[in-house]
Amino acid sequence: MFDYSMAEIGNIVVMQGFSGISLFSVLLLMALGLAVIFGQMGVINMAHGEFMALGAYTTVLFSQVAVSYDIVSYYFIFAIVAAFIIAFIVGYLVEYGLIRHLYKRPLDTLLATWGLSLIMQQAFRSIFGAKEVSATLPDWLLGSFQPTPDIDIPINGVFVLVLAAVVTAGVYIFMFRSRWGLRMRATVQNRIMAGAVGINTKKVDRVTFALGCGIAGVAGAAFTTIASTGPTTGSLYIVDSFMVVVFGGAASLLGTIASAFGIAQAQSILQFFMTSSMGKVATLMVIVGILMMRPEGLFASKLRK
Amino acid sequence: MTGTMSKILGGREGAIGLAVLALLILVILPLSLDLFRLGLVGKYTTYAFVAVSLVLLWGNGGILSLGQGIFFGLGGYLMAMFLKLEASDPISTKIQTTPGIPDFMDWNQLTEIPLFWEPFNSLPLTILAILTIPALFAYIIGFAMFKRRVGGVYFAIITQAIALILSILIVGQQGYTGGVNGITDLKTMLGWDIRNDGAKYVLYYVNALLLIGSILLSRYILSSKFGMLLLAMRDKEERVRFSGYDVSNFKIFIFCVSALISAVGGAMFTLQVGFMSPSFVGIVPSIEMVIFAAVGGRMSLIGAVYGTLLVNFGKTMFSETYPELWLFLMGGLFIAVVMFFPNGLAGVWDKYAKRVGFIRRIMEGKGKADKTSADSNTQGAKA
Repeated sequence: MFDYSMAEIGNIVVMQGFSGISLFSVLLLMALGLAVIFGQMGVINMAHGEFMALGAYTTVLFSQVAVSYDIVSYYFIFAIVAAFIIAFIVGYLVEYGLIRHLYKRPLDTLLATWGLSLIMQQAFRSIFGAKEVSATLPDWLLGSFQPTPDIDIPINGVFVLVLAAVVTAGVYIFMFRSRWGLRMRATVQNRIMAGAVGINTKKVDRVTFALGCGIAGVAGAAFTTIASTGPTTGSLYIVDSFMVVVFGGAASLLGTIASAFGIAQAQSILQFFMTSSMGKVATLMVIVGILMMRPEGLFASKLRK
Repeated sequence: MTGTMSKILGGREGAIGLAVLALLILVILPLSLDLFRLGLVGKYTTYAFVAVSLVLLWGNGGILSLGQGIFFGLGGYLMAMFLKLEASDPISTKIQTTPGIPDFMDWNQLTEIPLFWEPFNSLPLTILAILTIPALFAYIIGFAMFKRRVGGVYFAIITQAIALILSILIVGQQGYTGGVNGITDLKTMLGWDIRNDGAKYVLYYVNALLLIGSILLSRYILSSKFGMLLLAMRDKEERVRFSGYDVSNFKIFIFCVSALISAVGGAMFTLQVGFMSPSFVGIVPSIEMVIFAAVGGRMSLIGAVYGTLLVNFGKTMFSETYPELWLFLMGGLFIAVVMFFPNGLAGVWDKYAKRVGFIRRIMEGKGKADKTSADSNTQGAKA
């Protein structure tokens, strides 16, 4: 760590920091979906990573269609919307067929959704092949800009960051400024009372779960801009995103953002100075250590349970 | 049968169940299978240790650990370190740059054995380490979490993260751990070749007896007052706490016991299979072991063993013939067990097989006295 001059270290921190921002954006999108599902409903969805992969594969399919019709410049926005819708629909069906029977048994939900994730992984492998595939990106997503000669910032990273910001704002508005969000929070706080005042709590559950899955789909679309997608891509991110949600404090949107930022930055800066695996180990160990000291996470709500 | 004996055996029904299992793994399977298939059974029964430990921890204690692979792996690695040091004597490693150290250390430019490997030159110290280090590790994790009343899904997620950390660490620190290949080429234990046919039979029987021993130990724990408290904690933790019991200490204790049992399984795995690798430590094996216990029945110590054997034979059969189908089946199995058979095979057995007249007569014993007690049981269940 001491072989670099101060200016070099500055540049490294900026560039690694920025590569950390791409990771931050994907982690944040993943964690937002989980924060809705786990933070609000208390459901552990181990197949969340596979919903991300579902979004990613949707984007890849769209890009293949776009290439054959030569409309590569425009398809990406539609791909994001489609990734959301498809993941939303699959999530809706999963809630209907599986999750709603298990609300009283959270640990069993964990096992059942793990089974679901195995099935989805194998389905991806059977349909798209075991090899990683990547989307053809439009030209405006490629390249990078250089504020100074030594600093190189890729445009796709900026795009993913903007996307994450938009989705975060959307989730905030949905949860705290809309009727739907009001019903959702009411159901979480007191299911029986919410039902008594006429809220269809079962429908709220279904939409909440599907929404979380849809956001994971958007995360998948964002993911295609920075890496290629394989059948097990989702499972690589699942522990990280659970850590983000738990570390941030399960019910706190601000906490989720802060902890996604912290974890992503720590990982990518440490990975430059240590080996990649040791960077990850160090980050996870610090998080687990802090969680053992402070199990309620960084930004815990003051609610009594 | 009186007193302690009856407690350990779990009454007439438990004793018969255990006798059938013992007959199967000690007599029937060794007589009917060739050595290769028997080796597979031996390997699977080492996983059964973990399944049994999960029946204690998860089925009865309500604590789902997604990190039992940590303890299985630790046990396995500790044993592998001893065997590797013995296999790396200066004569058989003379082609290395530094003879006398394990081959993977040599490949990673290490020139001497690291300090933490030194105790593993001695078998007694190794056995001591297998019996204490995983349990100690469990104590630290358990102490940090249960004292702060972290439980349920949070505990599951954090143990899973620890399993991930440990497996990345083992893969990353090649020079000290053998990396992704693990510790391989294990040959002898105190000069006794563990790879020939005779040794394989001996190790199989040692393993089977240890497994039955673990079941007896678990039975003893579950039938004691502590076992009652464990169930009470699973169902109404607050009430147990308000009754004046220190819930966290009980949880730490059962977590340590489960770690110990898993570690013994891991050590036996290394001895029988002849290697240990990080693929038995991480997230996937840890969750798979939970499904073994779930398929067998999370409340049934003996069911867990059958569950482990069945799922693994299914896995071997299907991944040989239809590798594509296996993950679908495994996933479907997870979902089906959780949704339709929460008590696994043991639950199905209790519900259906016992209706068959002669099975019930064998299980419950003959005579009017038993019939009336069975009747009062059903009444009790209704009330």
